[in-house]
Amino acid sequence: MIRIDNLSKNYGHVQAVKSISFSLADKEIVGFLGANGAGKSTTLKMMTGYLSPTAGNVFVNGNNIIEHSLEIQKQIGYLPELNPLYAEMKVYEYLKFHAEIRGIVGHNFKKALERVVVDCAMQGIVHRTIGHCSKGYKQRIGLAAAMIHDPKILILDEPVSGLDPNQIVEIRQLIKKLGKEKLVLMSSHILQEIQATVNRIIIIHNGEIVADGTSEELISDSKGMTQLHLEIQDADENSIQEMKAMIPGITVISFHKMNASVQVTLEYNNTSDPRKNVFDYAVSNGWTLMEMSVSKRNLEDIFRHLTQDGDPAHA
Amino acid sequence: MHNILTIYKKELRSFFTSPMAYVFLVVFALVNGYFFTNTFFLYNQSDMRSLFGIVPLVYLFFIPAVSMGLISREKSLGTLEIITTLPIRERDIVIGKYLAGLSLILVALFTTSIHYITLYNVGTTIDHGAVFTGYLGLALLGGVYTAVGVFSSSLTENQVIAFIVGIAIVLVFFLMDKLLMFVPASLAGIVQYMSTEFHLSNIARGVIDTRNLVYFGSVIGFFLFMTTRVLEARKWS
Repeated sequence: MIRIDNLSKNYGHVQAVKSISFSLADKEIVGFLGANGAGKSTTLKMMTGYLSPTAGNVFVNGNNIIEHSLEIQKQIGYLPELNPLYAEMKVYEYLKFHAEIRGIVGHNFKKALERVVVDCAMQGIVHRTIGHCSKGYKQRIGLAAAMIHDPKILILDEPVSGLDPNQIVEIRQLIKKLGKEKLVLMSSHILQEIQATVNRIIIIHNGEIVADGTSEELISDSKGMTQLHLEIQDADENSIQEMKAMIPGITVISFHKMNASVQVTLEYNNTSDPRKNVFDYAVSNGWTLMEMSVSKRNLEDIFRHLTQDGDPAHA
Repeated sequence: MHNILTIYKKELRSFFTSPMAYVFLVVFALVNGYFFTNTFFLYNQSDMRSLFGIVPLVYLFFIPAVSMGLISREKSLGTLEIITTLPIRERDIVIGKYLAGLSLILVALFTTSIHYITLYNVGTTIDHGAVFTGYLGLALLGGVYTAVGVFSSSLTENQVIAFIVGIAIVLVFFLMDKLLMFVPASLAGIVQYMSTEFHLSNIARGVIDTRNLVYFGSVIGFFLFMTTRVLEARKWS
């Protein structure tokens, strides 16, 4: 449905997006995750025709954004970052304005209005002035305007930022519902938000895509290391180093000496499991194993690992 | 076409939902009324030429003030990103906004028709044709200044800067005719042709010449074209 092909954007000398490529299919909820300034918004702005790519292209159902931006804009609903609105307009007028530009008038507008009011749970505020609505309602007004033409593709830039926890849950549920019949691409810099809402995560860092897949795939693909925490009596640092030399595939992450025991954290690749070897080695050396526990790296560690280094690029 | 109309209606609505448009209209009517009636009974002549001399001066400040927010406000609010990602051409956005600004100017100009009514009642041997062409000239001049105002509004997200730039540009057009004596003789013809006053005075005399109409049309077209290009330039920022 959407194909991003070697897309790049430079702001002067700053390369905000560096030749990224990915494809999005119909009825998919995709999270676009990255730290502030990673290039998320720039990518979304190029997909919606607000910015032109420096190189590369965006294809939506075969049309490319450079030559057929109007065609593509007809198929897309877009909620920009910070959700700008005309505060002096009434909600009804604002939605009518969007509908008119999309060619939805008269009876069709009434039907569309009813649909988005129900979908976005905006009953009771349709005749209010936008500036008088709460932040949560404003977010829904922005969403409703993006959905007024029932687009097959929704692009939402940070749709839940600045909302309170209850509002976040509501918007999240709405997005999940929409994702059953539309392609929804939402960006966020908050991992938990993305993880709770989407099926597929694309992580962007310094203008490059560093990961793409479901959260399970990301965890298993991420050269995921498992950590093994040990508390051993009667061992010392040298003997731990000897153990490391004896058992292949483990590294010592930390070593703390306690009163009568040592605390050691080992790390090993997900593909192997050295726990039996560690246990046998402890027994053969006469150590008393007080604790042995495993902690897998979670998505948060992976996200931090993937996005920690380097300077943030332009937003 | 329907997109132009949608933008036009939105802008007009936003003019009239705030008190600003009403304040503008009242101030415009009062200022013109004051200066016109000040001398009208003194001269004791049945013509409106003095009004047609005053309105261009009031325009100099009035039109940049009306049009300063047309695009700069969308930029500062961030709503420019909304309307430029809707399926609508930049050209249509610019034309819709321009026509809305021009409409407000024409409504303001219409408020001065009260003086025509006065003249009609107290005057004798009124040259109705000259009044008509005088108004036509003022409408065309309003069209040029509004195009300049929309253009300067597209350059910045700060309305005050848009206002000052707008005044600066319309002043250039206004003063060209008055500074002819400082211009080398070889350029005088061109500079005179570029000035709005030159064409306005032709029309105000009662002569509707296509050269004058072409001039006004081209200047309006030029500034609207430039505004469209400025809006499109965001894509390559």
